[in-house]
Amino acid sequence: MGWLNAVVQGILLGGLYALFATGLSLMFGVMRIVNLAHGDLAVVASFLALALVGGTGLPLWVVLVVTVPLFALLGYLTQRVLLQRSLAAGPLATLLVTFGLSIVLQNVLLEIFSADTRTLDGGAFATGSFELSGAISVGYLSLTTFVLAGAVLIGIQLFLSRTGLGRMLRASSDDAETARLMGADSRHVYGIATAIAFATVALAGLMFAIRSSFDPSIGPSRLIFAFEAVVIGGLGSLWGTLLGGMVLGITQSLSAQADPALTLLAGHLVFLAVLAFRPQGLLAGRTA
Amino acid sequence: MTLLSIRDLTVHHGQLRAVDALSLEVRQGEVLAIIGANGAGKSTLLRALAGLILPTSGTIGFAGRDITRLPAHRRVSAGIALVPEGRRLFRSLTVEENLLAGGYRRRPGPWTLGAVQALFPWMAERRGQNAAQLSGGEQQAVAIGRALLANPDLLLIDELSLGLAPVIVRRIYEALPEIVGAGTTALIVEQDVSQAMRVADRVHCLLEGRSVLHGRPGDLTAEQVEHAYFGLDARPAGQEGHD
Repeated sequence: MGWLNAVVQGILLGGLYALFATGLSLMFGVMRIVNLAHGDLAVVASFLALALVGGTGLPLWVVLVVTVPLFALLGYLTQRVLLQRSLAAGPLATLLVTFGLSIVLQNVLLEIFSADTRTLDGGAFATGSFELSGAISVGYLSLTTFVLAGAVLIGIQLFLSRTGLGRMLRASSDDAETARLMGADSRHVYGIATAIAFATVALAGLMFAIRSSFDPSIGPSRLIFAFEAVVIGGLGSLWGTLLGGMVLGITQSLSAQADPALTLLAGHLVFLAVLAFRPQGLLAGRTA
Repeated sequence: MTLLSIRDLTVHHGQLRAVDALSLEVRQGEVLAIIGANGAGKSTLLRALAGLILPTSGTIGFAGRDITRLPAHRRVSAGIALVPEGRRLFRSLTVEENLLAGGYRRRPGPWTLGAVQALFPWMAERRGQNAAQLSGGEQQAVAIGRALLANPDLLLIDELSLGLAPVIVRRIYEALPEIVGAGTTALIVEQDVSQAMRVADRVHCLLEGRSVLHGRPGDLTAEQVEHAYFGLDARPAGQEGHD
């Protein structure tokens, strides 16, 4: 029965991976930017929350409500000020800029917070759980994370399919020049896409921080999970990303059940297998 | 009244001087067709009018305002919409979403989703279909509908007939009088000369980026048009051939 529990835990973890990967997928889908600083941004959000909790003594949920919109704003500005300039110089330039950003962020965090490993204390909420049946117990944090991730993904999907601006995001992803012919200012559209990406990565970063420990240099190893979720699911598809996150989560969870040392390796192997045998991802196509 | 006035416009396409000191005017409510062979600079001219390429020199005046340097996305609000060459529908969007994308700027005017669907009735039934699954003629109609939803004062259409069967082209052109009747001025670029002569109030023939012949279709002889189109070294009556 431990296996069934492992699957449930994997699905819940997969929700977090999907939330974390959404921003990466969105920025690539709309602007063809591979954001190598994606993982570090999540870590920045973790440290920011840590500093806010320590500095102001505000409850964790208030910090969360503050951090996420702040990151959205930061995302919009980053796109308009930093990334937009590099877009004109081609894909290699944006890759270098985000790579540079990743290094800068890591070193700034190291300078301010030192290399110590930290955790964000979620209190009883983070460790508590309830029994679903005899063998399956579900953590409050895992479930909340999963529900939150699902709600965010549904929200983004509704935004993309129901609103004029969301439609223009998808249209720009198909053909940016023609989107300009519709009257879309690509700088603004790209800014919105990056704002959504930053907001989701901040939320994911906070969830990671409550779940497990973090330090300034952990960003790149987190980034791998996002890449894997995106590639397994299929590039540019929001539901594909959710599926990819689930597959990765379940794989890690099941292999941990067999042998904890295998956890990460098994995830990487599934990723490699998808790349080798189904490079377009499990859900091919570009719906978002 | 003059809606669009182009003065000494020179536009480069890479190294090539695609439009060469061109001047022309489009009057409110007319259909002006620009004809010319491949590489005559027709598409480059339209792209410059839509703001996708900045001209090297010269001015573009629109509704009494200089728009030469206005970025493409602001020209939509000013009242210019382009149906680009090759249709360029958003392929992951449905028919209806493509149309709605055209109305992104919410410029007021007669064209609504319902009005476009009345013009091309099949679009209502197939609104949920993916744009990539449409035939070439249907895609062209959606591209025109999408541009109409921007409620432009000036509609630019680039190579409507390209890659389409003549019967399909004729059917799409049948919608043109209704479009112009709603108050839109049309500037069309067309390789199919006979089609252009049939629908236009006036035509300009471009050769190597210059206007070598212009007039009302009824006043031009087939021979004049042929000479201008191919740049034959002859002197058509009424208008000097260039060089």
